[in-house]
Amino acid sequence: MTERILVATALARVEGEGALHVRVRDGVVEDVRLRIYEPPRFFEAFLRGRAHTEVPDITARICGICPVAYQTSSMAAIEAACGVEVPAEVRALRRLLYCGEWIESHALHVFFLHAPDFLGYASAFEMARDHPAVVEGALRLKKAGNTLMRLTGGREIHPVNVRVGGVYRAPAPAELAAAAAELEGAREFAREAIAFTAGLPFPDVEEDFHFVALREPDRYAIESGRLVSSGGLDIGPDEYEDHFAEEHVEHSTALHSRLRGGERYLVGPLARWALNRDRLPAPVLAAADAAGLEPVCTNPFRSIVVRAVEMHYALEEALRLIGAYEPPDPPAAAVPPRAGTGCGWSEAPRGLLWHRYAIDGDGTILDARIVPPTSQNQARIEQSVRAVVERHLALSDDELQHRCEQAVRSYDPCISCATHFLRLEIDRG
Amino acid sequence: MIVIGVGNAWRRDDGAGPAVARAAGGVSTDDPARLLDLWEGEPHVVVVDACSSGAPPGTIHRGDAGVLTHPASTHGFGVAEAIELARALGRAPARLDLYAIEGADFGHGEGLTACVTAAVGELARSLRTAAASPSRPPPR
Repeated sequence: MTERILVATALARVEGEGALHVRVRDGVVEDVRLRIYEPPRFFEAFLRGRAHTEVPDITARICGICPVAYQTSSMAAIEAACGVEVPAEVRALRRLLYCGEWIESHALHVFFLHAPDFLGYASAFEMARDHPAVVEGALRLKKAGNTLMRLTGGREIHPVNVRVGGVYRAPAPAELAAAAAELEGAREFAREAIAFTAGLPFPDVEEDFHFVALREPDRYAIESGRLVSSGGLDIGPDEYEDHFAEEHVEHSTALHSRLRGGERYLVGPLARWALNRDRLPAPVLAAADAAGLEPVCTNPFRSIVVRAVEMHYALEEALRLIGAYEPPDPPAAAVPPRAGTGCGWSEAPRGLLWHRYAIDGDGTILDARIVPPTSQNQARIEQSVRAVVERHLALSDDELQHRCEQAVRSYDPCISCATHFLRLEIDRG
Repeated sequence: MIVIGVGNAWRRDDGAGPAVARAAGGVSTDDPARLLDLWEGEPHVVVVDACSSGAPPGTIHRGDAGVLTHPASTHGFGVAEAIELARALGRAPARLDLYAIEGADFGHGEGLTACVTAAVGELARSLRTAAASPSRPPPR
């Protein structure tokens, strides 16, 4: 019997800490485990006993990359529990803040975490020597996203201006003009970035995905929507637990989420693109078409192209929202507590993020449940890595490890968020 | 001359850089990725960080990017990476002086340990003196 073990003990350029363990026996891949060893974070337990108004500030702390996603999903759940629907102006302002996070997070992943993989650089710093214009543009884009977050959310990381019902202070239209100027400055680069990503050398891979994403009737879903899937699901947030289940697996501090019935599924850019492409405005679609992005993309490595399309869209959408901006007055709707349970969700940059809270009559949180995108994708990531190993068994351990890490990074996993991520172990015997 | 302190004041001695910046009239950040923006247009920049190289706590290191590894940074982007990126993009200041203060305690909480407090005072004083007489190089 020949046995081969590959061990990647600290995955680089992913958010958080995790490892990958692959065991191969006699040329057959026996086991692939994405081990998330970042310690459990207990946020759901911290939330118990806190006031319903504290939820956006506490959940923002789950992630420094996508705090707005946590805030938005949590507020939607609390407002649902209290039976309050926020005014259109508040919804528009939340979407604008969320566009800032999509731009910032996607720019970070596309240019600093994932692009170096395809071009043979160990880091974005090495890439900067040969492609300074790309890295300069990426920094400009990321900065524009940060500015948008600061002007709408009060600061760039862990925004402090959002509250249940709305915001503490609505930015004045003149303040948003500063964000518009920076976005305008990054606009051409954002459009060109689609062709840049589409021109990267991709492995020729097709995989079978069950796509899951939120969908809106009139726009590309970001901050709200109904959940739809390539398997025909069409549900509201209260029905999530009827169709999805989390299970504990021994090798990970993150839970694995599956469709009830056991099927693995995918959330994030590839799912959103496959399910909501028809919701993108014509100029964005034209740019994606010109870059050769197929209507349903099943090559996980090409998710970087979809991220670039979404980055371009988020920038254009932010400019549209600023142009139409009317400050909410008052800045927040009253959300008096009532006993009940509420569920909320939104599209974090890396995929669907669902929250559920039970509160009592004075607003005290009795129970909280948070299902982040990476725990939903974790089982699907393992399946992709297995496919990579099966295709490339002849490669040396170093080369195989690189391919596996690249596959994992395609999913932009946020390990800190999911614990409750990476090192590679390849065991070939 | 601008003094930029890098560190997280909520992680004890990691707040050494911000403490020096505060005392020397500079600016602070806990995110080294922001350095490129903070020093834009500044010909002479002093960056003060904390470090954990094994030297006695309170030691003031000068000019060696090798010690500028951020023990509390989990994001893989420290001062050394920011400088590397800036040089690749031609956005490094004409003159960049690096200091790192050896920390003792990088645990959770506010407040510097005594030897780091003393080192912060010493470095801030010498930077203020250097700022007042820009023709002289800052002391080693």
